[in-house]
Amino acid sequence: MFACIYSEKLPADLSLTDFAYAFSPLVEETKAGTVVIDVDGCELLFGSAYQLAQEVARRAKQSRTSGGLESIVNVAIAANPDAAIHAATRLQGITFVSPGEELTCVGEFPVTHLDYSLVKVDEQTAAEIFETLRLWGIRSFRDFASLPVAGVSERLGQEGIRLQQLAAGKTERHLKIKQPAPVFANSLELEHPITELEPLSFIFARLLHQLCAALNAYALGTNELLVELQLENQTTHERRLSLPYPMRDHKVFLKLLLLDTEMHPPAAAVRAVSIKCEPVKPRVLQSGLFVPLAPAPDKLELTLARLAKLVGEENLGSPSLVDTHRPDAFTMKRFVLPSKKSIRKSAIKNRQCLGLRMFRPALRAVVETEQGCPAQISAWGKQRSVYGKVVQLAGPWRTTGDWWREDRWARDEWDVALASSKKLSDEPPGLYRIYRKLNSEMWFVAGNYD
Amino acid sequence: MRSALSKVEIESDIAARFGDAFKIHEKVAAETLSTGIVEVDASTGGIPRGAITEIFGPRSSGRTSLMYSLLRYATTHDEICALVDTNDVFTPAAAATSGIDFERLLWIRCAANLEDAFKATDLLLHAGGFGLVILDLGDVAGKDVRRIISSWWYRFRRTVENRPTAVVVISEEACTRSCAALTLELHGHAEWSQASISYGNLLRFNSINVNRCRPLWPTLNESQFRARAIA
Repeated sequence: MFACIYSEKLPADLSLTDFAYAFSPLVEETKAGTVVIDVDGCELLFGSAYQLAQEVARRAKQSRTSGGLESIVNVAIAANPDAAIHAATRLQGITFVSPGEELTCVGEFPVTHLDYSLVKVDEQTAAEIFETLRLWGIRSFRDFASLPVAGVSERLGQEGIRLQQLAAGKTERHLKIKQPAPVFANSLELEHPITELEPLSFIFARLLHQLCAALNAYALGTNELLVELQLENQTTHERRLSLPYPMRDHKVFLKLLLLDTEMHPPAAAVRAVSIKCEPVKPRVLQSGLFVPLAPAPDKLELTLARLAKLVGEENLGSPSLVDTHRPDAFTMKRFVLPSKKSIRKSAIKNRQCLGLRMFRPALRAVVETEQGCPAQISAWGKQRSVYGKVVQLAGPWRTTGDWWREDRWARDEWDVALASSKKLSDEPPGLYRIYRKLNSEMWFVAGNYD
Repeated sequence: MRSALSKVEIESDIAARFGDAFKIHEKVAAETLSTGIVEVDASTGGIPRGAITEIFGPRSSGRTSLMYSLLRYATTHDEICALVDTNDVFTPAAAATSGIDFERLLWIRCAANLEDAFKATDLLLHAGGFGLVILDLGDVAGKDVRRIISSWWYRFRRTVENRPTAVVVISEEACTRSCAALTLELHGHAEWSQASISYGNLLRFNSINVNRCRPLWPTLNESQFRARAIA
């Protein structure tokens, strides 16, 4: 049996479909203001089909806070969904159409009120058929249903047959079930606040397992996890885990989440945990036969998370140059496996460039000069020292920039070759880049050519 | 003869229990990764995959130039590379001029923490899939390098065995001992241009000698290349 719920004036912010889900999970949203539900199997919950219709009408009148629609609805119960639709749209209140007696109920409806879209007849064809029927003197559903099928087929074609079956309430079709929008969120309130990571990991594991099972059921993945921890001090600790590729492996998520929580621990004990995710289509890739092996995305993410915990997030990634002449200007980007093939730069194939090892921070140096040029350099730092007589030099090259900013720079740079002194014979000679700050006249060793 | 026979008999008797423990596995020639320098490839055959390669030499000996060349070749041939930078000395501006594809380079800066550098390398090797992993110990003091325990190197060697990852260790002194499949010693010699009226001297090239210390071949053990100064 099918029940059609029809509401002519439904408040815009209320959904008839959501209301219908309270009675059955099998809901067809036929058109605006009309839904059909399959009520088979609802007897244990609501009693007979008629009792169900009464319950629908009663609940619809209730306020929205009680789950109602604050309006009067028409409800029709029939063995045929299309007969139920016709009955509900034309008859006020509750209508019960007995199986096989559809015409008793809807037989007197004007034939022009046939909802031709239900049997996939276009508007123009339907109008032509209705005009023909009018000329034949066919006025009601009953008149149309009583016509011989062969004659209708000869004169009106297959569209006419379908419309005739619709009028007789004898169409056979399945409901176009509307699936409720899946919610990929899980939360859990704890009886006792948790202060340690280990017990929290069990909660995470449980919630993530459910979340990934839901994602699996819809063949989806996620590339963002939002974790909200309600803390004992009435604050919320929020963490957003962005992944470069959609995944749905709860074990990987759990490890990533634990590593992230270790790096960013909540400020107080946790009393509720909520995990949400944004579902996206999973990535489907086929690697090439001749493409070198790359790290597996899930393993790489775990490795990056572990490395971030070890050296800090800011010390990990791909270098990226900044569009400036400022010395040693760069940014760190998040490392993501490239999807494109690399461009082979054959033009510079045989050109070897001299390497530069930048000292960060630059080594403060004491420089003796002769005629304005460095002659002797000594610089000591915690990790390295540079000491020696300048045997060859090139420069100075003046670079300045960003004069309008506080962190402007202005310096004279030299390339120098140092000979090791006899006292420090273990210090190897080397090529260095040194510079003198113009504003402070201080000398620094910027780095070592290698 | 008798003793040899009895050995075969004993082995055949207990072979079922110990599987192929008595089989002598033939050593397959290692695949190599080009250094991007024809002269160095000619004398070394390239950097072996699934093994450790050590590049050592004093400051300004050309270790970083060779590293740039390696990274350029690997990143432009679809390999994913990782650089564990112990002393945070990698210079992106200089590296960019050599043609390294930064999209394929994972740079890990360890802020002079030697232990972190080794742990990071270990994580990378266990993750797998990297074509080239470079551990740069070039600015670590000699006394600290000598203190590195051998078990780390054995662990790395064992981890990358039979994998397509080439591990390169850059240092001032040889430190990997017998764990390195290839050891290269570098020496550099700067070439300066003649003085000119407008610019004075210019650092033009660093002429770099590469000596293969291990394994020694009877024919060619030495090569040379020149690295052009950035200016």
